[in-house]
Amino acid sequence: MTEPTTVVSVSGVTKTFPRGNVTALQDINLDLGAGEFISLIGPSGCGKSTLLRVIGDLVEPTSGSVTINGKSAHQARTDRDYGIVFQDAVLFDWRTVSKNIELPLEMLGWDRPKRRTRVAEMLALVELTGFGDHHPWQLSGGMQQRVSIARALAFEPALLLMDEPFGALDEMTRERLNLELLSIWQQLQSTVVFVTHSISEAVFLSTRVVVMSPRPGRIAGIVDIDLPGPRSVETREDPRFFELVTEVRELLRMRGEHLLPEEEAAVAGEDA
Amino acid sequence: MSASALTLRSTKALREWAPALVVAIAVIGGWQGAIAAFDIQQFLLPKPSNIAAALWDDRGTLWPAGWYTFKEALGGFALGSCLGVLFALIVARFERVGAALMPIAIAGNAVPIIAFAPIFNAWFDPLEPTSKMAIAGVLCFFPVLVNTLRGLQSVRPQQIELMRAYAAGEIAIYRRVRIPTALPYIFTSLKIASVLAMIGAVVGEYFGGSFDALGVLIRSDAQILDFVTAWAGIVVASVLGITLYLAVAIAERIFVRWAPGGRDV
Repeated sequence: MTEPTTVVSVSGVTKTFPRGNVTALQDINLDLGAGEFISLIGPSGCGKSTLLRVIGDLVEPTSGSVTINGKSAHQARTDRDYGIVFQDAVLFDWRTVSKNIELPLEMLGWDRPKRRTRVAEMLALVELTGFGDHHPWQLSGGMQQRVSIARALAFEPALLLMDEPFGALDEMTRERLNLELLSIWQQLQSTVVFVTHSISEAVFLSTRVVVMSPRPGRIAGIVDIDLPGPRSVETREDPRFFELVTEVRELLRMRGEHLLPEEEAAVAGEDA
Repeated sequence: MSASALTLRSTKALREWAPALVVAIAVIGGWQGAIAAFDIQQFLLPKPSNIAAALWDDRGTLWPAGWYTFKEALGGFALGSCLGVLFALIVARFERVGAALMPIAIAGNAVPIIAFAPIFNAWFDPLEPTSKMAIAGVLCFFPVLVNTLRGLQSVRPQQIELMRAYAAGEIAIYRRVRIPTALPYIFTSLKIASVLAMIGAVVGEYFGGSFDALGVLIRSDAQILDFVTAWAGIVVASVLGITLYLAVAIAERIFVRWAPGGRDV
């Protein structure tokens, strides 16, 4: 299972929050090859968002290390090696849609004509051509999230980190954006780390699904998604799709996703 | 903009302002009528027509005096507001400084600063505009400080995370996130400060000042029982205060044009 080039390498990462002495992550090891689409899935509190932030050098691991393209995570952040999308679009109200997408390009010191050209390309990519002069609050939630994706992709980072980007959207919008994201991913050949709550979303999008279990957060299992690409609406009706969804669900259940709090505590006790 | 669009806009403006205009005319008319009807003494409440006449007759002294006081208010407003914003930036940036100074600043905000007016007149030359600027400045300082600070701190944590993901330093985060977020708060406080500045200057002058100043004029007119002229002076002070407020409101419209609810004065 060695990929030709490793983009992200997580080795022995543990994260303890001093407040409440919570072990958010315990001894996480994970390698991501170039062009992979990896989903991190698990119940709340399993540390999936924390793992994403450790990869992005937004949270310092207590021990262990992360390398991105052979560099330390900190160096990678300083070099702006990745783009990030959050559950909320996190757009700036005082900037128009175009200006929001331009933000990372401004920080990279691109000149104005170059920025303008790229913004036009990005608007076309997320199908928002004509909305460049709108302000974020004039757009629907789904459109705002597309702007946020366009902003993350504007400088063509090789790595895209996504923290439940479609979590706040309705099912129909979510499914449409899933398809859009896949087509963008295929066009740009980037590597994606995608945090989600939704099993079907994880299976539908990913090349691999990493199932995480809570308290302490650790990897419960990794499911290879061998669905044929390019994926489409029909993929969701493929029998293999259901098998994989079941496989992920079993892994989650085994690790106590639906346990009551006291049962969870008991499980955590066994683990410790 | 086409001519028809312009007419449309002015009709809309007229419709917005019409209710306030009607009420204002009714109040002034009622005032004028009530004095005649109830035979109210001139020194208790002069007729609006008499005040208007005094405004016209004494225009040569009232307006220059108003301008003198307005300059004091403006100086204090500029000084106090700038210091308030600057102080807020320092407090927001250095948490320790904030922890040490904010309780004092909040306490200071609750002090009736206007009570210090006679003392300021003693500290500075009461005949110079500096003493009034100082009062106006201190009055403006606290609301601007408190509001600006709240604005700088009301940034969503994810916005900071996003900026850090782009390897932004503190200065970039201030320039691109914190200050734009604080801008509506700053303008709200500047509108409050614009009113306070005029109050500070006029009341400061009640405790002594140059004979060129409006506050001194109002006070001396009241002392010789020339209440009509005193009222005319108050009208001048009000007009100038409203002018300063409107100037800030217009600046707000220009700088905070993006805000979803930024349409009301």
